[in-house]
Amino acid sequence: MTELNKIKQDHRRFKQIVRGKIKRNLRKYMSQGEITGRQGKDIVKVPLPRIDIPRFRFSQKQQGGVGQGEGQPGDSLGQGEESPGQAGPAGNQEGEHGVEVDVSLEELAEIMGEELELPNIEPRGVKRLETVKDKYSGIRTTGPESLRHFKRTYKSALQRMIASGEYNPDNPIIVPTKEDMRYRSWKQTSLPESNALILYMMDVSGSMGDEQKEIVRIESFWIDTWLRSQYEGIESRYIIHDATAKEVDRETFFRTRESGGTMISSAYKLALQILEEEYAIDEWNVYLFHFSDGDNWSVDDTGDCMKLMQEGLLPKANLFCYGQVESPYGSGQFIKDINEHFGDHERVTVSEIKNRDGIYDSIKEFLGRGL
Amino acid sequence: MKALSPQIQEIIAHIKEVAEDFGLDFFETIFEPVDYKQMNEIASYGGFPTRYPHWRFGMEYEQLSKSYEYGLSKIYEMVINNDPSYAYLLEGNNLVDQKTVIAHVYAHVDFFKNNYYFSKTNRRMVDEMANHGARIRRYADRQGIEAVENFIDTCLSIDNLIDYYSPFIERRGEEMNPEEMRQREVPKFQAKDYMDEFINPQSFIEEQKKRMAQEAEEARHFPRRPERDVMLFLLEHAPLEGWEADILSIMREEAYYFAPQGQTKIMNEGWASYWHSKILTTRVLNDSEIIDFADINSRVMSSAPGQLNPYKLGVALFRDIEDRWNKGKFGKEWEEVDDLERRDSWDKELGLGRDQIFRVRKLYNDVTFIDEFLTEEFASQSQMFTYGYNRKSGHWEIESREFEEIKRRLLDSLTNFGQPFIYVRDGNFRNRRELLLHHKFEGTELRADYAHEVLESIYRIWKRPVSLETMREEKGLLMSYDGTEHKEQSIPYETIGV
Repeated sequence: MTELNKIKQDHRRFKQIVRGKIKRNLRKYMSQGEITGRQGKDIVKVPLPRIDIPRFRFSQKQQGGVGQGEGQPGDSLGQGEESPGQAGPAGNQEGEHGVEVDVSLEELAEIMGEELELPNIEPRGVKRLETVKDKYSGIRTTGPESLRHFKRTYKSALQRMIASGEYNPDNPIIVPTKEDMRYRSWKQTSLPESNALILYMMDVSGSMGDEQKEIVRIESFWIDTWLRSQYEGIESRYIIHDATAKEVDRETFFRTRESGGTMISSAYKLALQILEEEYAIDEWNVYLFHFSDGDNWSVDDTGDCMKLMQEGLLPKANLFCYGQVESPYGSGQFIKDINEHFGDHERVTVSEIKNRDGIYDSIKEFLGRGL
Repeated sequence: MKALSPQIQEIIAHIKEVAEDFGLDFFETIFEPVDYKQMNEIASYGGFPTRYPHWRFGMEYEQLSKSYEYGLSKIYEMVINNDPSYAYLLEGNNLVDQKTVIAHVYAHVDFFKNNYYFSKTNRRMVDEMANHGARIRRYADRQGIEAVENFIDTCLSIDNLIDYYSPFIERRGEEMNPEEMRQREVPKFQAKDYMDEFINPQSFIEEQKKRMAQEAEEARHFPRRPERDVMLFLLEHAPLEGWEADILSIMREEAYYFAPQGQTKIMNEGWASYWHSKILTTRVLNDSEIIDFADINSRVMSSAPGQLNPYKLGVALFRDIEDRWNKGKFGKEWEEVDDLERRDSWDKELGLGRDQIFRVRKLYNDVTFIDEFLTEEFASQSQMFTYGYNRKSGHWEIESREFEEIKRRLLDSLTNFGQPFIYVRDGNFRNRRELLLHHKFEGTELRADYAHEVLESIYRIWKRPVSLETMREEKGLLMSYDGTEHKEQSIPYETIGV
C-alpha cells in the first residue's frame, strides 16, 4: 500500500519556505554572523527562527517538569538554555526551538544573488578544468555536529578530566564540555589550475578592534560564498599589515592584533609581489579586498599606494575593493584619497561599513557590478 | 510492494501465537517490509502511507532523514491504529530487532483495540486519510496550493483546541430559545392537594425557578456555555467558504483521531515494552540472542539525566502494578502498614497481577494511570525529581524530590497534554460579533508571542476582532487582535465555571 515519493512534493515545499525565510532574513543573517559560525564543508547550518506552527502554549520557563536520575535539589541538569527534555507525553508538543536546516553554500549563494540582485560574473581568461579534491584528513575544534569525531572528543575529555583531577576510576563517567569537542575536517588540495584568486588584505594596527575584525570576517564569508558560486575553483590568500606586511593563514588573519603605525603601501607591495610571482595574468581572475579603518601613516605613503594601484594592481585585477570599517579612532581619510584618484575607475569599488548592519550594503556595492 | 521473507513470516506467525497465548487480543496486523527511506517517509506522515499535501511533512522528513544519515537515530517501530492495523519492518535490521518490533507491535494493537480511550476512533483511518488527501488536493487545484496550505497552517494552529472528552459525552441538550425558557412552568410531581406541600415543597420550587432563570440567562449567550471545542464552534459559526469549512473539519477530525494516542503515550509504550520483553525472553529468543536483545532493549529504555522516558516509566509502572497485585500490596490493610521491613516482605500470594494489568490497560489513560498507581515507593526507587528553570543561574535545576510535588508536576504535564485550557466565551463580544476566548488560568502564563500568532490565525477564520482573557503577572489581561494590530489591556479576570 505504500506509494512512494509523495513526500518529495512536501519536501520541495518546505525547502521553498526555508529559502523564502532565509531571503527575508538575509540582512539579519549577514549582520549576525550566525551562519558563518556554523560552516561545514559544502553546507551551512541555518538556524531558522520559528518555522513551526504557533499554538497556545505555556511559557516554558515557568513550567519545568519531572525527570529521573541522580542529584540533589539545586543541582544543575545541564548548561545553558536547553531544556532537559519534556516530561513524558508533553512530548506531544513540538520542540521549543526553531529548526536548523542545512543549506548548501551553492544554494546560499543563489539566495544571496537573488536578494542582493548580484549579476553573474563574466570570468576573464581561459576557463580551466575543475580539479578540486577534498579529503577528510584533519581534526578541528569547531564544526557541524554531523562531523563530530566521537572518539577524539572522548579522548580529549578524558585527558582534560585526568589532568584536572576530576576523573574517578571507580566511577568513570566522562562528560565532554564544549572545548573537548572535536570535528572532522577536510583539506582541499591546492590547485594551481584554479581560476580565481581572492586576496584579502587587512589593517591590523591597534585601531582595528575585535568588532571591526568580526565585520571583516563575516563580510569575507559572504564574499567567498558568492565568488565560489561563480568560479569552479577559488584560492584565497591573506595579508595583514601595520607598518609592515606579511602573508598569513586565514586563522591568523582574523586573530592578529598589532600596535604601531600603518603603512598601507606595504600590503599593496606584498600583494603585487605575490601576483607577479605566482599568478599568470591571463589565467587568473583576481579579486583584491582591502579592509582598514582608513588611517594611513603619511600622505607620502598614500601617494605610494595610489601609484601601486594604478601601475601594478589594477591592471591585474578584476576588481579592487576597499572596505573602510568605521572605528572610534580612525580619521577615515584613506577612502577619500581613493575616491579622489579612482572615483570613476570601473574596477575600483569602495564602501564604508559603519557597523554590522552595513555588511549587507557593502557586499552589494562590492559585488553588484558583476566584474 | 515487497514480500516478507518466509523466515520473517514464520517469526510473525510464532510471535502472534505466543501473544495470543498470553491473552493479548488484537486486530489483524499486516507487516510490511520497508527500507529506511520509505520508513522515514511514512514516519513523516505519522505512520500513514498518504496524507494531504503540506510542508511540515517535508520538514519532518528532512529532520528524520538527516538524523538517520548521521547515525543519530533510527525508527524501530511504527504501527497504525486501524482495522486491520499496519506495521512496518525496517529491512536490514537483524532478526532480534525484528522480533522485538513484532512483539511490540502486537501489544500496541492490543492496546488500540481494547483501551477505552480508543473506543471511538475511526478504525478505517487509512482510507479516511487518503480521502482527506484527495479532497485537499482537489481544493489545491482550484484555489492554488499556496492558499490551501496557508489555510491549513491556520487550522493547525488551533487543532489542539478541541474537547478531548467530547467523543464520550453528549454535552449539548436540546436548544430552546430564551423566551420559551422564561415562560416555562416549574415541573411538579403529581400529588393530591393536601400532599403537595410535602411532595413539591416551596423551597424546592423556588430553587427550580432560580435555576431556570439562570438557564434562560445563559441561553442569551452565544455560545450558551463556554465552548471547549473551539474548532467546532468556528466550524459552525465562522463565515467560511465551502472549501475552508471542509478543510477545517478535516483538520478537526484528524486531531480527534490522534488525541487518544497522546492521552495514553506512557501507558501504550509501557504496555508494548512490557510485552515485547515478556514474549521474547520467555518464549521466543534462544540463548544466543539474549545479549542482542538486552542491548536494543537498553537503548529503548535509556534516558538521559533529567529525562523521563515514557517507555521506561510505563513499563516500570506496569511491572510495579503486577508485582503489587501479585503480593497483595494494595487496599486498606496494606496502606496501614508503617513498618518498612513488613512492607518489604509483604506477600499475600494473591497472584492477581496479570488480571490487574489487563484491567488497567483497558480502563485508564496516562492521567488516571499516574494518579492512581504512582506510589511514593516507586517514585523514590526510580529516582524521580522535579526540575525547573533557575533564572539566576540560567540553568535547569533539580527542584525537589518530594513525592507530592513530583506527582503534581507529572499530572500537570499530562493534563490536557500539558497545554492551556482555552474556551470560546462569547461569539458576540462587545455586541459587535467579535470573538472572546478565555484561558482558564491555572498558574502558568501563556507564551505571548505564540498567543499573538494564534489570535491572528483565528482572526483569519472569524474575520472579526478576536480577544483572549488570560492572566499575566497575577493580573487579568485582555489580548486582542483586530486584523492590523495587537492590543493588551488589563481587565478584572474571573475564571469561568466549567
